[in-house]
Order: sequence, then structure tokens, then C-alpha cells
Amino acid sequence: MYKIAKENLSALFRLIAETRELYLPVRTAGQTNYAAWSEDAEVDIDTLKTVKSAKDAFFPQSEGLYTVKKEGKKISVEPEALKEQDFVVFGMKACDVKGLEVLDKVFLSEPVDTFYAARRDHGTVVAMACHEPEETCFCKVFGVDAANPASDVTVWTVGEDLYWKALTEKGEALTEAVKGLLTSADDAAVEAEKETIHKILENLPYMNLSLEGWNGDALSEKFDSPIWEELYKSCLACGTCTFVCPTCQCYDIKDYSAGDKVSRYRCWDSCMYSDFTMMAHGNNRTSQMQRFRQRFMHKLVYYPANNDGMYSCVGCGRCVEKCPQALNIVKVIKAFQNQGGEK
Amino acid sequence: MQELVNRAKELLADGTVARVLGWKAGDLPYNPEPAYFEKAEELVDFVYNGFCGANLSKYMIEASKLEGKTMVCLKPCDTYSFNQLIKEHRVDRDKAYIVGVGCKGKLDIEKIRKQGIKGIELIQGAELTDEADTLKIQTIYGDKTCAYADAMLERCHVCKGKEHMVYDELIGDSNETKDADRFDEVAKLETMSPEEKFAFFQKELSKCIRCNACRNVCPACSCRKCVFDSTKFDSSQKANVDSFEEKMFHIIRAFHVAGRCTDCGECSRVCPQGIPLHLFNRKFIKDIDELYGEYQAGADITSKAPLTNYTFEDAEPSIVGKRG
Repeated sequence: MYKIAKENLSALFRLIAETRELYLPVRTAGQTNYAAWSEDAEVDIDTLKTVKSAKDAFFPQSEGLYTVKKEGKKISVEPEALKEQDFVVFGMKACDVKGLEVLDKVFLSEPVDTFYAARRDHGTVVAMACHEPEETCFCKVFGVDAANPASDVTVWTVGEDLYWKALTEKGEALTEAVKGLLTSADDAAVEAEKETIHKILENLPYMNLSLEGWNGDALSEKFDSPIWEELYKSCLACGTCTFVCPTCQCYDIKDYSAGDKVSRYRCWDSCMYSDFTMMAHGNNRTSQMQRFRQRFMHKLVYYPANNDGMYSCVGCGRCVEKCPQALNIVKVIKAFQNQGGEK
Repeated sequence: MQELVNRAKELLADGTVARVLGWKAGDLPYNPEPAYFEKAEELVDFVYNGFCGANLSKYMIEASKLEGKTMVCLKPCDTYSFNQLIKEHRVDRDKAYIVGVGCKGKLDIEKIRKQGIKGIELIQGAELTDEADTLKIQTIYGDKTCAYADAMLERCHVCKGKEHMVYDELIGDSNETKDADRFDEVAKLETMSPEEKFAFFQKELSKCIRCNACRNVCPACSCRKCVFDSTKFDSSQKANVDSFEEKMFHIIRAFHVAGRCTDCGECSRVCPQGIPLHLFNRKFIKDIDELYGEYQAGADITSKAPLTNYTFEDAEPSIVGKRG
């Protein structure tokens, strides 16, 4: 265990950025999101939840795949280069780290997504324990410990200090690179902080949410429930919940034509959008109820069915905070709980 | 609120309406959601308080297609949107039983969070019957207070007034919440150089995540199929490309709603990234006021809209070049 005074964090970031790209929470026009570090970036590690998760660092919202160029009669195909530069993502919370585990199961299983795999290979995650969890958090429900993120390096903020502990080889390598700024420390302060966090978590309103009945075997029972017809009605069909989510992984592949060349790119898709899974067959989900249902069935039924019971919600609560009409996964889970007996 | 519930029950019981469109209590002190109620017993969940900011007018497009009338709760500012939708033949006036509800300014949970208030367990002072001008907020990190006015949505600071533009009956009182001129911010932007303006909007729009919440919530965005949702259009509605796409989307949208936007403020309320989208629309409104005479979209259902009505006094197109 090491520690560094918070006032030395700028020096730490500068040092990391000398050898690696560094992404961390940066405040721009009043909102905190992950962005590349620079000398004049307004770093904000105090805000608990960035608007978007850190998902972009490994799976960007939009990324090029390849470009096809035409010169005379010659057509050439240029694939987009894979990530080759080592980078660090600093400040991810335990829920977002768990989110990476969800993405790994999708993108690192055969056939491996080479773009994602390259970023995972080159990325080092410095996760941060949640100092003051909020009422919208429900990570514990999904087995996440906000006080103990499982990452390459974990840091805890205690008073004016940041405690630092490497947990993997990548983490050790990063620690070695910044050792000059760290001093040795014992565990006492961190253990006390963990206990404090655990106590707060106990008192959060969503932490005892029951997932009873939600599993990979619940398909037909949940899918055919009349409750969806009630739940989806005020949904705006916007993509907010899907785009702030650390685990939503659906994407679309599109072409952009610029005369002499065509760029093929992929961008996050949202099950809330009318063209979701629209392909040549032209037979995708035709109603908003079906699209709304898809989001929750995917997180709580389909994904667990394919991944040994693991859910693809991590309880970060961003959708709880950001849905324009105050719908969210917690309300969906509760609605089934309340009406389950009657229907 | 009880008066509203009682009235809703009566209207359901005597068959005047087939359903009620209002808000359902949430599971946190600040997250009620728009909801339909078809039976009297469902109204036990009905709520109307300071956090019911959502403008329900647009839901009436779909509700107009349903069997029977819908009792819809509209705040004074929401009624401008409803009128505009009537004008554009997007809602059926005969399918709506409009209860104009009182409003004392709506609250923005983001503004409360911005004051560092977190771990919220209970909020007192958000009910319409509460007279206090301070919210008492109980959190797991101790008790906090927040001035009601400091927690209000931006649009309430430039409130259009306590009058409902269209209604069948009125329930509840309203407060004057206006304490700023809606064109102040626009006027400030107008004094900037083109480079400063570009930098300002670039910074704001760089946050856009293409969630389309602004479009989907907007009562003026009622196209059955938005051009950005077309699979045949080269510009995707979901590709997040900072250099061009977001700006094009927001600028096209602003142009498309120009002269029809009532300035209801929903776009800015719903933006997950806090982009002040209303500024685009207000610039158009201010220009229209200056070039064609004052005009408030949704104030009535008969007047001709300045941008679709030709008069000899209209500004010449060359005005664009002259104004820079």
C-alpha cells in the first residue's frame, strides 16, 4: 500500500501522461465525463458518477473500422489500426469496472473483437473506491463492492490523501512508473474507509432490491408478461439510458460515403431506437413496447442465460439519474415484484 | 393534489374520460413519471408536486388515437404546446379533457445535486400546498436546505405566466416565478464575436451523446419519421462524431422548430449533458420578434405563424447578410 497527497495529483497525472495516454474524469461546460488528460483540463475526481461511463475508453461510441478508396480503376481497403499505445483510465468506480467484465464476456469470446481486445490489452485501470455513494446506487445488488473495486490499481480517498494499491501485473508496472511520487503507507486508514463505505451502503434505499425471479430461465414468463404494456408507455424512446450505461454493448455498422471513398464505422446502437437491429430482412422490433422490453430482458434474462447467470446490469444508477421521464431498471424490477402475485 | 384526484375519479366514474394522464409517484423523493390511469383505484399512485416538470402535451398525440377522451393535466406553459399541436393538427382537441393545473415553479434535481446535496432520502417543501420557500432535504450525509428558487428549472425563471391558454377546467393556484428576462442570455451571446460564439456552442455541443432526448420530448418535433432516423440518410441519428454530426443535428432541429417552438424548455430539462439547447430556439424567437413583430407560438390556435405567412412588411432575405 502506498499513498500520495491529493495536492500532488497533478504531478501524478503529468508523470503518467509522459509514458501513457491518460483518461480521467474531466469537467467540460458544467458536466463531468471521461476525457484525455491535458495540462489545462479541469480534472474532477470528486463527482461520483460521470455522465457517461468510462466505456468509451475501451468501446468508443463511434469508431472507424476500415476505409475503401477508389483511385481510377483501383480499389483499396485500409483497415483502421488497432490500439498500440498503452493507456491508463483513472478514477473508474467499482460498478464501471464490473461493467468491463460484462463487456469482456461479449467482445473477448470467440469471435474476438480485435478493436476491443487491443484496447483491453493496452489499458490499465486505476479504480477508485466510492467515497460517498448516493441514493441512486445499487451495485451491491449485483455483487459489486463499492469499497473494493477489482482492477489493476485501486485507490481510496481518505482526507487529504489518496491510498494506492496495485492488484495486477499491469498495476505493478504502473506503480513502478510513478513510484517516485508515492510513499509507503499501512492499511489502517483504508480499512477504516472501507468500513465507513460499507455502513453507508447499508442505508441506501435501493441496496436491498430483490432480483428474485430474474434469471436466464425466466424467458417466457417475463417476455409474455402484460406488465410491459404498462411500463413502456411514458418512455420517450430516446437513447439516454443505453448511452450512459456502462454495460450496453449493442452497436450498429454503417457506411459513410465521401465521393471517392467509403468509411465503414460502427457506433453504439440503442434498443430504444426505431432502427434497432434493422437489417436487410426488415423485420425488427416494430413497437416501442418491444424495444423497451428488450433492454431489460437483455440485462436480466438473456445475458444471464448466456453467461452463467451473470447479470448485465451493474447497478451504477446512471439510468435512474438520467432518464428524462424517470423510468429505469429499478422501477421495472419493482413493478414485476409488486404485480407478480396478482397476474 | 387531492382535489385533482377527486376530480379525476369523478370524470372516470361519469364516463367523461376513459383515462387520466398525469404523474405517478416515484420510488425516490424526486422521480415521479408520466403515467396513464384507467381505474379509480389506480389513482392511489397519482402525484402532482414540484417534481412534475414533464410536459404532457406531446403524449396527447398518441392519446388522441385512443378510444374516448383523456383527462390531461397541463401546467400553464404546457398549454402553449398543446395549442401549437392543435394548430398543426397533431392532437384532437375533442379527445382531450384539459385540467389546467396550478404551478409554483418546477424543480430540477440536477440543480439540487449541483449544490453538493447527495444521498437524498426525503425532500420537504415540494408539494403545491407548501408555502415555505426553502426545501428541507434529508440525506444520508445530514440535513440540508436549498432555496426553492435555486432548485427551479431554468424555464421557470423566465415563466410565461400563470394563465392557461387552453383548458376545460382549472384546479389549483399558481405562483409568479419569473425573475429574469428570457432573452438576457441570448443578448449576451449576440455580443460575442463569431469566434467566441462558435467556441461556446462547440464546447456545449461536444457533450452531446446523440440520445435524441431533446428531439423526442419536443412537442414541436412531431414528425412521424424524423429524417435522422431514416436508414437511407447518410447522417446517422446515433453516430457520435464531435466534428460535425452533433452540430448539424441541433442546428437542423432548431431551424425546423423555428416559429413553432413555444419555448417550453423541455429540451434543456431532459438533456443528460446539461446542454442549454433552449438558447438556439430563443435566438430564433428573438429574431422573429424583432423582424416580424412579437409572436408567441401556442398563445392561440388561429393566428398565422410569421414564417409561414407572407406580408409586404416581411424582412428581406438580405437581412441575413446585413446582420452578420
